[in-house]
Amino acid sequence: MTAKSGTTLATGPSDPSPPAVRLLRRRGVEFTLTVVAVLLSVYGYCAVGLAKNGNVPPGAADYGAGLGVLALLAHLVVRLRAPYADPLLLPIAVLLNGLGLVLIHRLDLETPADRAAPAQLNWSALGVVLFITVMALLRDHRVLQRYAYVSVVAALALLALPVLFPPVNGARIWVRIAGFSLQPGEFAKVLLALFFASYLAANRNALAYAGRRIWRFKRLQLPTGRVLGPVVTIWLLSVGVLVLERDLGTSLLYFGLFVIMLYVATGRTGWIAVGLLLACVGAVAVGSLEPHVHSRVEDWLHPFASIEAGRGPNQLAQSLFAFAAGGLLGTGLGLGHSVLIGFAVKSDFILATAGEELGLAGLSAIFLLYALLVERGYRAGLALRDPFGRLLATGLASIVALQVFVIAGGVTGLIPLTGMAMPFLAQGGSSVVTNWIIVALLMRLSDSARRQDDRREGPEGSGA
Amino acid sequence: MTKYIRRAAALCALLLLALLVNATRVQVFQSRAYDDNPANRRPSIARWGQPRGDIVVEGRPVTGSKDTGEQLRYERTYREGPLYAPVTGFASQVYGTTFLEHAEDSVLDGSDPLLSFLPLWNDITRDQNAGGEVVTTLRAAAQRAAYRGLGARRGAVAALEPATGRVLALVSRPSYDPGALSGNGPKAAEAWARLNGDAGKPLLNRAVRQTYPPGSTFKVVTAAAALDAGVVTDLDAPTRSPDPYTLPGTSTSLANEAEGCENASLRYAFEWSCNTVFAKLGVDVGLDAMTDTARAFGFDNSGLRIPFSVAPSSFDTEMDRAQLALSSIGQFDTRATPLQMALVTAAVANGGSVRSPYLVERTTTASGRTVSASGTRTLRQAMHPATAMRLRALMRGVVEEGTGANAAIRHATVGGKTGTAQHGIGNSGTPYAWFIGWAQSDDAVEPQVAVAVVVEDAEAVRGEISGGGDAAPIAREVMEAVLRTAD
Repeated sequence: MTAKSGTTLATGPSDPSPPAVRLLRRRGVEFTLTVVAVLLSVYGYCAVGLAKNGNVPPGAADYGAGLGVLALLAHLVVRLRAPYADPLLLPIAVLLNGLGLVLIHRLDLETPADRAAPAQLNWSALGVVLFITVMALLRDHRVLQRYAYVSVVAALALLALPVLFPPVNGARIWVRIAGFSLQPGEFAKVLLALFFASYLAANRNALAYAGRRIWRFKRLQLPTGRVLGPVVTIWLLSVGVLVLERDLGTSLLYFGLFVIMLYVATGRTGWIAVGLLLACVGAVAVGSLEPHVHSRVEDWLHPFASIEAGRGPNQLAQSLFAFAAGGLLGTGLGLGHSVLIGFAVKSDFILATAGEELGLAGLSAIFLLYALLVERGYRAGLALRDPFGRLLATGLASIVALQVFVIAGGVTGLIPLTGMAMPFLAQGGSSVVTNWIIVALLMRLSDSARRQDDRREGPEGSGA
Repeated sequence: MTKYIRRAAALCALLLLALLVNATRVQVFQSRAYDDNPANRRPSIARWGQPRGDIVVEGRPVTGSKDTGEQLRYERTYREGPLYAPVTGFASQVYGTTFLEHAEDSVLDGSDPLLSFLPLWNDITRDQNAGGEVVTTLRAAAQRAAYRGLGARRGAVAALEPATGRVLALVSRPSYDPGALSGNGPKAAEAWARLNGDAGKPLLNRAVRQTYPPGSTFKVVTAAAALDAGVVTDLDAPTRSPDPYTLPGTSTSLANEAEGCENASLRYAFEWSCNTVFAKLGVDVGLDAMTDTARAFGFDNSGLRIPFSVAPSSFDTEMDRAQLALSSIGQFDTRATPLQMALVTAAVANGGSVRSPYLVERTTTASGRTVSASGTRTLRQAMHPATAMRLRALMRGVVEEGTGANAAIRHATVGGKTGTAQHGIGNSGTPYAWFIGWAQSDDAVEPQVAVAVVVEDAEAVRGEISGGGDAAPIAREVMEAVLRTAD
């Protein structure tokens, strides 16, 4: 995995230094890496079978074929529709998704009554279908700018929808229809990023100007009040709904997304300061007033309190035990006991299984894959000319980075635990579908970025 | 905008770096502390994740493992559990391990580094060795004879091979099925509560963990001391002892159950178990010499392991002469385990030297490679070889002429000593019936078996006969079983 980064890092950030020759499409690299990703996943699948039952699982061929066909279809549509797209994004997504399927299948073996891997494979297939759809239908990302207000309405509707449904495990983030359960908040984050990017791109000059003017004349007002109004309102609405639904991981994610995009759009360090201040106030208020969150904070500060109280280890303690048991090299796929964590082991705590069975080595590799994914997103943002594209790429990449940080930090005891899905890795249909859409959008953005380079289009539009 | 995108990217990089640093903290620097947390189930899962090695009696395992498919996967099973319980102990997922299951735990569960092909190999590969086997010295026939002999009565039997110290039988009654404690379900908890609440104390290993007043069987030790010290030189000379004997310094007088004890010879006194003669002998030998001899036989040794620990038998070192007189006939606060009394008779049978008793012949890996083997070693020389020869004659007399007639075996030479130990406040309890003895078949060059039997609730009239009546037949069955199956 590190070899991959080595080969591509050499190209360097593609700032406006147009290449002298025609840009390489690198679809061959993508194909090779995708095949490697599929093979690695199949290898992991076989390793689980060998460790648990002593033979190669009979479904290995089906699993490999399924994943391989999905990856191949995705690759073909990229060849046809986005030939200049970043060649790393698709293999990373395939590898993470494949590894997630292996881990879920591996945990299924310990919980025969609750098999999640087949459903996850179906959701992954749907994700790839949506990936293909986005690639096929969306020829230019700038089209999306038009749908800013449609998307924000949709996002708010999706966010509010679960309020009508009964809570599951303390959080009102699920919609259950005819045996299917969806997490609309997962889709909403893409739509919200779209809206932020669109709005901020359209108003960034106004934001900057208005800010200075108001600062000069009124002095006590927050800069850019009127122009900022709508976006702050939307953001407050979405975070407020999430707090009502007790989906605190996602509200943290939205908060971070908002601050980062605002900062990138306006370049005002002040926003970061204000954002952090608000975050601290909010965190302290929610952490001390809301009992559900308060107990999470207590668990984080004293992960072993329940053991000392004689109630046995809680999920976080079990998660820490699992990571510790993995050590440097891990127990090997199929040989750990992360199932002790309990009911969320396949979703929120999937990383503990990776940590126990693949060790710090495997975990580092997974973190690096996410880091590469994020870095490629940012790179597309840097290379694009239009502010909307730049902001959208930044937003989408930040979603992945923040989500990885919040959930991985939670299960390893770095920050208080908030329920969220590890992108691609964790059980969760909505999540895996959303992440495929994110990757599709990033692919489209990177394709546009390199196309621009190739066509040597005019000077950069953004001067911030 | 480029600058700010770069900064945002740097922030994301920082977040992911923090994750890596924190993962390193958990997985490398603090992993040991998490691993050792008592609430962490992983060590138990690993321990019970593979079948435990077997405990073997005469080539046949008396234990087994059952795959339950649960989290603690393999449960211990026992063949003829109650028969071998004093040897195997139990291996419970909840209540721990006892006896051989405990003493040889690291071999049985596979964690012993000696089981590895190469040292540290398993630390590198994270493999676990299959559980090794523990081969015992027990003779199934002797064990069964003792178990059947005790029947429903409370008591214990210990049998040894005098020349080596091999433990041939170790039985305690009432017994229990160790398999009932194996699992971690409510059944095991019920069994645990029932066994601990039982008035018969089935979990108590009476052969090695319970001490009894040895009563007249202790006269073997007193006789050895007297002969070694030269207090008695001729077995058939009168001992100038009165009947009744007034304990020195008191007005308490000691009487006999048997007749003809006044001035009796040592031979007569031994065969008919004259209390007066031996009480006076002990006083004549003196506290120091008595203590030395008792210790040479193994009394007051708290470090004995076979390989599980044996409760120390005691002979007091600070007594007045009256107490010494009582101690010399196995009363006052002299106490002995059945195994200790088997050692006493084994010493007589083995020319005076006490062999260190052992129950484990060898331990092997699952594939049969020997990991460790026990060897015979001399613990102490308890008496001169000549004294041992004369004691053998005295003990033969007990069986041929005296109180131990019930222990006689055809085509074999048998020596023995009966005992009845009074206990309780004012000696109110039902006396313990004792018999210790050894046997040598006519075609053998040395005694092949030494045995000690104690029956707690001997259902007989109070008297010397009960040792011969209750305990001697059991001892005979055990000794016959050994002689019959001797190679």
